[in-house]
Amino acid sequence: MVVPTRGRVVEHRALGRGGYYLLLEAPQVAATAQPGQFVHLRVSETYDPLLRRPFSLHEVDRAAGRIAVLYRVRGRGTSGLANRQPGEYLDLLGPLGRGFPTPQAGTSALLVGGGTGVAPLYFLATELKRWGVGAHLLLGAATADELWRLSAFEGLGLPLEVATEDGSLGMRGRVTDLLPDRLGSSPTQVFAAGPWPMLRRVADWAAEAGIPAFVSLEQVMACGTGLCLGCAVPVVGGYVRACSEGPVFAAEEVLWDEA
Amino acid sequence: MKPDLSTGLGPLRLTNPVILAAGTCGWGLELASYLPLDRLGALTTKSLTLEPWPGNSPPRLAETPAGMLNAVGLQNPGVDYFVTRVWPELKRYSVPVIASIGGRSADEYAAVARRLNRAAEGLAALEINISCPNVKAGGLAFGSHPDTAASVVEAVRRETSLPLLVKLAPMTADPVGVARAVVAAGADALTVANTIPGMAIDIEKRRPRLGNTVGGLSGPAVRPVILRLVWEIAGALPETPIVGLGGIFTAEDALEYLLAGARALGIGTATLVNPRAAIEVLEGLTEYCRTHNISRLADLVGAARGQHPEGHP
Repeated sequence: MVVPTRGRVVEHRALGRGGYYLLLEAPQVAATAQPGQFVHLRVSETYDPLLRRPFSLHEVDRAAGRIAVLYRVRGRGTSGLANRQPGEYLDLLGPLGRGFPTPQAGTSALLVGGGTGVAPLYFLATELKRWGVGAHLLLGAATADELWRLSAFEGLGLPLEVATEDGSLGMRGRVTDLLPDRLGSSPTQVFAAGPWPMLRRVADWAAEAGIPAFVSLEQVMACGTGLCLGCAVPVVGGYVRACSEGPVFAAEEVLWDEA
Repeated sequence: MKPDLSTGLGPLRLTNPVILAAGTCGWGLELASYLPLDRLGALTTKSLTLEPWPGNSPPRLAETPAGMLNAVGLQNPGVDYFVTRVWPELKRYSVPVIASIGGRSADEYAAVARRLNRAAEGLAALEINISCPNVKAGGLAFGSHPDTAASVVEAVRRETSLPLLVKLAPMTADPVGVARAVVAAGADALTVANTIPGMAIDIEKRRPRLGNTVGGLSGPAVRPVILRLVWEIAGALPETPIVGLGGIFTAEDALEYLLAGARALGIGTATLVNPRAAIEVLEGLTEYCRTHNISRLADLVGAARGQHPEGHP
């Protein structure tokens, strides 16, 4: 029986420009979590806001039984969440959803993250290293202060390029502007997370390059457990659920024009 | 002593009044890892139509104060998929299963009922959804008027001897009139009620927040409205069993509905927030009976109405 569990807030700090890093003690989640999966947090103990909020797993320490998520304060739900202090408990469900597929050892992956989309790529990159899969990271944000957890990403010791829209760090432009340069490095797959327009550009690029791309899609969600069909994603053959068939999808399955 | 929580919806007997509501519990199977399905009074499938329905374009959800709007649009893989792929697995559970049915015409509702009656042996009941606010044809179009509502119920009644529930719309000109009409047409019980039509607008995009423009409001926000509707219908039709459904998140909420006259309780949006909500409501009802020395929960049905079935003056 899976029961909604409680996660104790271990660390909770602002990252700048409305970003937050939230570290929770949640051993049951950490034990089975896969990159690309998410946890569904209750951000309020009242009925307002009512619904849980989904957050991609950013960091998982199985030995310590800890998980971390990254988020940006956007509305009342995340504003309330930002007030939670270390030592408090949060009601959470997870790990939920289908994450990134596990690549073969010896292959190489290009990881592309924009904005809050960098969140799942950290956990993914740590697992790729463990699995013996090469990884090259492309990260983007509007400005340098929004390139959250950059030093942690740098600490992975993987090739890393950054782009900011205002040029305050790395290349001036969007993360997808870094893509054409990568054709020479022959990745065998692309993993991406971020806003839909960015993912669509990644999908188009990968299709042209002839390599498979897997994208973590952000969609408004209610239950997170496959019950309500609210988080519909248009794919070949009809609507499927971001929470259950996703949130990671093969880019070629997604009907980008209908989203 | 263990209190008696059993209840009846016409010919349908339930060991307890807690029912998972249509469209908020998938096929029930999705919840099996979160709670013991067999302890529930019943579960209701998402609405089944004759052919697969694709559902509405996203976004399908918008959170509102103490509630949510949905415009899923009855996405379902069709009754044949249910009969061949879902039912063989679902029927292994002992929980009574109520199949919700939808359609674009009275004939289509009847065809779905016919298929279920023949091919899904062991179903506990059918619930006729004549009140979905999110589909252009069918749904609410039937539930808005006594005559059209009755025509659907009559058509389904001819196809099956299964107990029939009818899920009413909350915002029609004459909900009591619709209730009377569907009971006269053969309904055994009423589910009160479906979501309340509503909408929300994104002030930055200056567009409706739902792909379908309008959706159905549910959650704690609707509870006082639906509770009053249960009160009205239970007063007008005291012999007709009612499933109270609208914003029940706790046993306290459920008790309000029982006291107003509902004989069973639908748990809907609460399950989307807490997958164990239904079992927690059930445990809370048991606890209430214990602390209040109540041996039969059914004795509380309508108890807030005093001596007069139509309610206090």
